[in-house]
Amino acid sequence: MRLTAASKLLVIILTLLVWASWPAARGDSFDDAGVLLAGKYPEIEQGVALLAASGDPAAASALQALSAGQLLIGPDKALYIESDDGTLVTARDGAKIEGERPAGLKPVKVNNRIRRAIEAAMGQLTLLSSDPAQRARAASSLFDNPDPAQLAMVDGALRQESDPAIKLLLEQARAAILLATPETTDDDKLAAIEVLAARGDQKAKVLLSNAAATGSTSVADAANAALAKIERSLALWSAAQSVYYGVSLGSVLLLAAIGLAITFGVMGVINMAHGEMVMLGAYTTFVVQEVIRTSAPGLFDYSLLIATPLAFLVSGLFGVAIERSIIRFLYGRPLETLLATFGLSLVLQQGVRSIFGPTNREVGNPSWMSGSVDVGGLALTYNRLWIILFSIAVFVLLIVLLRKTMLGLQMRAVTQNRRMAASMGIRTDWVDSMTFGLGSGVAGIAGVALSQIDNVSPNLGQSYVIDSFMVVVFGGVGNLWGTLVGAVSLGIANKLLEPVAGAVLGKIAVLVLLVLFIQRRPRGLFPVKGRAVET
Amino acid sequence: MIAERLGLLRGVIAAVVVLAIGLAVAMLSVLPPDSALHVPGYVVTLTGKYLCYALLALSVDLVWGYVGILSLGHGAFFALGGYAMGMYLMRQIGTRGVYGDPILPDFMVFLNWQELPWYWYGFDNFLFAALMIVLVPGALAFVFGYLAFRSRVTGVYLSIITQALTYALMLAFFRNDMGFGGNNGLTDFKDLLGFNLQSNATRAGLVTASAVALAAFLLACRHLTRSRFGKVLIAIRDAEGRTRFLGYRVERYKLAVFTFSAVMAGIAGALYVPQIGIINPGEFEPANSIEAVVWVAVGGRGTLIGAVIGAVLVNFAKTVLTGAFPEIWLFVLGGLFVIVTLFMPRGLIGLWASVARRWHRPEPTTRVPALKPMEAGE
Repeated sequence: MRLTAASKLLVIILTLLVWASWPAARGDSFDDAGVLLAGKYPEIEQGVALLAASGDPAAASALQALSAGQLLIGPDKALYIESDDGTLVTARDGAKIEGERPAGLKPVKVNNRIRRAIEAAMGQLTLLSSDPAQRARAASSLFDNPDPAQLAMVDGALRQESDPAIKLLLEQARAAILLATPETTDDDKLAAIEVLAARGDQKAKVLLSNAAATGSTSVADAANAALAKIERSLALWSAAQSVYYGVSLGSVLLLAAIGLAITFGVMGVINMAHGEMVMLGAYTTFVVQEVIRTSAPGLFDYSLLIATPLAFLVSGLFGVAIERSIIRFLYGRPLETLLATFGLSLVLQQGVRSIFGPTNREVGNPSWMSGSVDVGGLALTYNRLWIILFSIAVFVLLIVLLRKTMLGLQMRAVTQNRRMAASMGIRTDWVDSMTFGLGSGVAGIAGVALSQIDNVSPNLGQSYVIDSFMVVVFGGVGNLWGTLVGAVSLGIANKLLEPVAGAVLGKIAVLVLLVLFIQRRPRGLFPVKGRAVET
Repeated sequence: MIAERLGLLRGVIAAVVVLAIGLAVAMLSVLPPDSALHVPGYVVTLTGKYLCYALLALSVDLVWGYVGILSLGHGAFFALGGYAMGMYLMRQIGTRGVYGDPILPDFMVFLNWQELPWYWYGFDNFLFAALMIVLVPGALAFVFGYLAFRSRVTGVYLSIITQALTYALMLAFFRNDMGFGGNNGLTDFKDLLGFNLQSNATRAGLVTASAVALAAFLLACRHLTRSRFGKVLIAIRDAEGRTRFLGYRVERYKLAVFTFSAVMAGIAGALYVPQIGIINPGEFEPANSIEAVVWVAVGGRGTLIGAVIGAVLVNFAKTVLTGAFPEIWLFVLGGLFVIVTLFMPRGLIGLWASVARRWHRPEPTTRVPALKPMEAGE
């Protein structure tokens, strides 16, 4: 124990010495280290510290080699690194030793204690690396494990640093170290608290609460004030994060429900197989990716672009077939429609299960959909962002289709007054088929998006169908804008309740609230007004 | 007049048949195993299961066939009754559980719970449990129905919120914190009222009890639907608005029947659990409730007997098919939904009635109520 303390002190002194004589010490560190490395373990440890303090990039590779047992030392205390294929280079400048090996080379002894020392030392070394990314990493790791022994090192690095971002990280690391050192003066501590308060994340909170518990009254007060401030801003960010998750969930719900808003909302057909249309879209994506994988791997990043129209077609055609063969016989009998389409959903599920197997199928994310971007305290994942954009695009397209095209006009005409529309020469059957096909096709498109964030299994659709109905009913039947508002507000409500009540209870709470809401306003948030209500 | 009496007679015959089957299976199962007439244990369990399903179907038929309320959440009442029974059975295990705790069921010991949650109090008493079997589903149906019918939620909307109800309950019961065994539910039961659940005699007794319950409710429902009260129910089904304008408090009728039907479903669940030996949150699954609806549709809605026949036939087919060709069962079930709604809107009973009519053309009777398509917007 005493030895440890003593050696630690020695390391500190040595480090300080080295720093004091910077940069003159640089050239000598390898010679001095060589002397130490030839000795026993405690001396080797000091040698490691010495090398670390040099800040020389060559020292880093030497230390790495030492950790791997590939650092050799000659009788003249010169250091060599032996690579895996047996070539030998000098540790100091990496010059290759051609021909005969110097005689009497011995590996430098290494044990776990030394390895630990090397690990810590690597942090210091990288602090002085010429690569900014490495410096930033080193500064963050110092912040995470503040070691009072490295204060001087950080100070030195701070003096050298020119990149403002890394400088900030270093200052934060310095503040963390200062707070972790009992001997720091209160003034320094107060300054450190300010730095940490500005950083304002969970880690800063931990350090600050330590300071509040151990420091003098003025320090504790400052730390507590800083904690309160951080708490407020964290709460704000986490609320913002919840809202983002909520919007993201809302966009998923919107995608799943918007097809239903057409088949159920506009046509009044209860399609319990709607979820299966979504599932078919997801499986279309899977098939497209499989084909690409086997025949044209280069196209993988475009797989979703290819899958989207295909999914629309597949689900749309299924929709038209269902409408022609089953649903048209059941118009005006919603409960029977519900049962028949539920049966159909069972058949479709089992069909997919028989063909593709009951297990989850792997659908990959294209490269442009993976990763995330940080905005302030928010982490925005690309796939969610894309889905939000995608659902907005689908929504806008549908609105335009309903408002501005001939098909849309005819659809609205048939919904508002079927007989009158028929008298005006609209082929109402055909419009029914197209409308149902459109709703199903949009569900297929939703499947493409859902395949990116959910498991592609035969049960994929089932989990969305109840939610989708809730969204449509909540928003008000026959109103696409209501569906949008319904989806987003349900999504946000779900995610805001989640941290309070837990995921499952939150969902239950939302369901119960919805059921109560339907009691109050049976026709939803934005009921359709006028004659259409009566029919 | 004659037709009326014939109809009543038919109800009695059906009840007697149900009783006879139940009793026969029960008696034959307690014969010594080497006897030629011995019925093996699994047949007893299957019969009991079918009878319970038939009771569930009956409860669905009462609200759907006679009042036009398509409940997609009756499975929830069934499961709640089952859970109430399961809780009683759990308390009966006592020290015979794996952990041997005299009070706490195994899963609570496993979750490190120190004491029994308050809602488990009293379930060691059979009478209390029996009361809960009736009260819990009944109260839920009452509150839910009160809210729904008062604000005139009808048709498809009602179907969807009943489905949401059972879905929400399923999510809730899957949680370990709820104190109902979470994922695994309640199982490993030992005895009921002191009778060992594994013994043939107890199983025979349970089948008999199920048959008695089914027969009794069959008669009760027949009586109910043939009374003045029942006529109002049918009026509500066929023209809710008109019935209301005639001065009937439609909500009250609906609420009464819905609650009664939920109690029936709860009792069915309570009889089901000791025979099957397990109750878990899967019973709340929305698909189960819809399956019960299709039993009724296959048999013929609004006929009571049809519900029983449909439940037994569909479940028998399920037992056979899932055993022989598990792949095609869902195709068959799904196909049933489609075929029944498209081609047999009055189910097997309706089919049989029209075939019989073609055979010997008597004067047209009103035995099978003519089903009109429901009006959606009312």
